Amino acid sequence: MVKKAIALALILGLGLIFAALLLGYAPDAALNETAAYYATRTADEIGAQNIVTAIIVTYRGLDTLGEVTVLFLTAAIVGLVLSRTRAGDNAPRLSDLPPPGELLEIGTKLLVPLILLFGAYVFINGHLTPGGGFQGGAILASAILLMLLTDPLRRSSHRLISRIESSAGLFYVVIGVLGAALAGGFLDNRILPLGEFGALFSAGAIPVIYALIGLKVGAEFSSMMVSLSETEDE
Amino acid sequence: MVHIAMLTGFVLIAIGIYGALTNRNILRMIVAFTVANTGVNIVLVSVGYMMGRTAPILDAAVPVAEAANRIIDPVPQALVLTAIVIGLGVTALMLAYAYRLYDCRGSLDISRFRDLKW
Repeated sequence: MVKKAIALALILGLGLIFAALLLGYAPDAALNETAAYYATRTADEIGAQNIVTAIIVTYRGLDTLGEVTVLFLTAAIVGLVLSRTRAGDNAPRLSDLPPPGELLEIGTKLLVPLILLFGAYVFINGHLTPGGGFQGGAILASAILLMLLTDPLRRSSHRLISRIESSAGLFYVVIGVLGAALAGGFLDNRILPLGEFGALFSAGAIPVIYALIGLKVGAEFSSMMVSLSETEDE
Repeated sequence: MVHIAMLTGFVLIAIGIYGALTNRNILRMIVAFTVANTGVNIVLVSVGYMMGRTAPILDAAVPVAEAANRIIDPVPQALVLTAIVIGLGVTALMLAYAYRLYDCRGSLDISRFRDLKW
């Protein structure tokens, strides 16, 4: 009881700080200097319609590389932490598990290709619409999740996932180095022509980079889910 | 509008922290942390919102020349996109550790883990 009271008092204090912040907050009337720079220069410098994409992939591209690295580390640590408890010889056979049911089975066959296609659409159009590599990657991983739900004992995809993941990461860094060699700096998107503003093949290397990020993020999320699911089988 | 979104975010943060402090089950604490994480994201996005402006995408609705007066701040949105992905990674990591802890002690009650308590 005392502990709950202490927690409540803490939340109350936090609430007072939040209330002061909320009452003292006045929205900006105009964009600040950084945002105004991105708003006015993106069309000429990057050629991407989506300014958020221009910031993530090019202006702050190095941060995104770091973010993808953090995600890779997370997937690797999840695999490492769970690896010792992986199911061994006493793994359950398919006959031990209840069948997935017709609805799930047919639904998976129908939906997985569509979900994969939609994920690819989202990350390839990342420079034109509110999409991008991270969102598209999450959609790709949801297709893998559906497959795992239907067949929890699926074992074949480990090698493929790690191949996709490592080659996407490698090409991402190669494109970054090419940007430093051929254009203005590391991860500069102008190694490819900027093209017509608003077209699918525009904004230089951004669609390529975002497709690589999408594959990498999708592979990382999938490998996390596969590790968790394989441990669960024990 | 901004204040409603911000209030929602702050309330979610408070709920999340309260849940993490009062629950003893590690899985519930993880859920509470994700709720707080969502609240932080909502607050960050709402900071970039401006009344009467549109999304930072330069399509037919937003001519390039007027972009600076027509769009909301794109920087918090880029930040939150990063924060969501990292939040998911942190959640996955917490769940993996929770699994290992359950393996070691056969319990998810946080009061049974006293190794670092003084």
